[in-house]
Amino acid sequence: MKRLNPSLIAGGVIVAGIVVMALVSFVWTPYDATLVSPASRLLEPSWSHWFGTDKFGRDVLSQIMVGSRTTLFVGVVAVGVAAVIGVPLGILAAMVRRWPGEVIMRGNDLLLAFPALLLAIMFGAVFGASTLTAMVAIGIASVPSFARVIRSGALQVMRTEYVLAARAAGRQPFPIALRHVLPNVTSLITVQASVSFAIAVLAEAALSFLGYGTPPPTPSWGRMLQESQEFLFSAPRLAIFPGIAIAIAVLGFNLLGDGLRDRFDPKLEDRR
Amino acid sequence: MILRLIERTGVFLVSLAVSSVLVFAFMAVLPGDPARVALGVNASDEAVAELRRQFGLDRPLPTQYFDWLGGLLHGDLGTSYVSKVAIGPQVFDRLQVTLWLVVAGMVIALVVAVPAGTVMAARHRKISGLALSAFSQVGVAVPAFLAGILLIVVFAVRLGWLPANGWTPPAQDPAMFLKQLILPALSLGLVQGAVLTRYVRSAVLEVLREDYLRTARAKGLRPFQALWRHGLRNAAVPVLTVLGLQLATLLIGAVVVERVFVIPGLGSLLLDGVSNRDLLLVQDVVMVLVIAVLLVNFIVDLLYVALDPRLRTAS
Repeated sequence: MKRLNPSLIAGGVIVAGIVVMALVSFVWTPYDATLVSPASRLLEPSWSHWFGTDKFGRDVLSQIMVGSRTTLFVGVVAVGVAAVIGVPLGILAAMVRRWPGEVIMRGNDLLLAFPALLLAIMFGAVFGASTLTAMVAIGIASVPSFARVIRSGALQVMRTEYVLAARAAGRQPFPIALRHVLPNVTSLITVQASVSFAIAVLAEAALSFLGYGTPPPTPSWGRMLQESQEFLFSAPRLAIFPGIAIAIAVLGFNLLGDGLRDRFDPKLEDRR
Repeated sequence: MILRLIERTGVFLVSLAVSSVLVFAFMAVLPGDPARVALGVNASDEAVAELRRQFGLDRPLPTQYFDWLGGLLHGDLGTSYVSKVAIGPQVFDRLQVTLWLVVAGMVIALVVAVPAGTVMAARHRKISGLALSAFSQVGVAVPAFLAGILLIVVFAVRLGWLPANGWTPPAQDPAMFLKQLILPALSLGLVQGAVLTRYVRSAVLEVLREDYLRTARAKGLRPFQALWRHGLRNAAVPVLTVLGLQLATLLIGAVVVERVFVIPGLGSLLLDGVSNRDLLLVQDVVMVLVIAVLLVNFIVDLLYVALDPRLRTAS
């Protein structure tokens, strides 16, 4: 009998909540998130502004809602970049033994020395800060973890009897990779995607905080935090609301990743 | 074992060489000429050409690379195109500040993670263990800079116990130095501690299942005694790897935390370099950070062998 998996449920609910919030923000937000209104600067939370307003009189709740789009968009593209490069690399490294496989993994390890933030700052220095450079940098920095995880999964698949049979039957490596290896590592890809998503959310927030992420006026949680810094003494709520949003999003994707891992590998569940 | 040492050293040196090429090449593909960038768009062509000559930017790229690398090996990081000041001493000064943060953060992380993770593992089916697990999940989700902002709100704004930002060198005023170090170090350390706790927990859980621990218990040792004498050293091996990776994260995390607490560390230097378009400075700081990360991983590799006798004979 399948046990209830609390991580999967909690993570799923949180992630679904964020997705719904982002979708709703396309058709409705309490106020225009970028509307500057000097008359309503730094309002305390009230019935008309649930989370209050910021120094430009923009509604904080609306900004958080629209900011979730930025977060999800950056996460999806970054994880996409990481998966598109990392998964084939991992499978290739597992299938091509001897030195080419070794070289791939060494290069992969080397990339670990360039964390997302550092890479994104370098990209920002060279190409200018934008959402695109942030996404690509975060994505490239997440390639090594993808490649590593997929390689270890693919190595196991390569030892199975059906792959041996396929090879004995004379199948070429590429069809084997596509037909046997890839379908058997999809669970690993899903788990890794969820974990990488959490990392991407963190990195995007940090980058926007530093001014290397999404440029204004597009709302982003990290930049809301940065703008809140000058009001820490007078209006700390400006930091707390986007801060909670970031933490909840990261928590959601981490829990989802944990839950998926337990789901796909029941043996692990007991050990966690 | 000697073979393994030689292999690891080789990998480390090759990684250093390749990453230096990567960093240099990346900055070299830059659209636009560093001299033009440094002088601004209004500079005359003669001034730009003069600056290019002065800093050797008119030479072929490989010559520039080996020149830079040679300087790096001697601790000479060159002269900034923008401020015309030697970069080496600045980087060295700022690195010390960042190292204080990273070391203090790491100590806090360990002090939090080792006991918490062990208790979580030993009591993993009890309420106290589960509560700690949930707490660490939340800790993992909070980025260090956010923790920093929250700590400022509580301890500087509300309670007024500690300064909200600033930096004083330890030699100048040790008491002030400590006061200003506490919040940034806590924001780095608590978050890393939460991450590390989860690895300590699973490493200890793994060890708890081992036969030698059951034997130790059968000999009459209490659970925590057995774990203390036989378990922790074994659990230390996987935790060490994570610790190495985390040191790298801490180093990079410090970049952002320095911004929160207005600390003149390596991170602020890097960010200032980027905003001033001081490309050589950026290249140098990135390289120093990458060297630090590779060095830490190399040391972890060596410690691995020292901690786990099985690895010494395995190769």
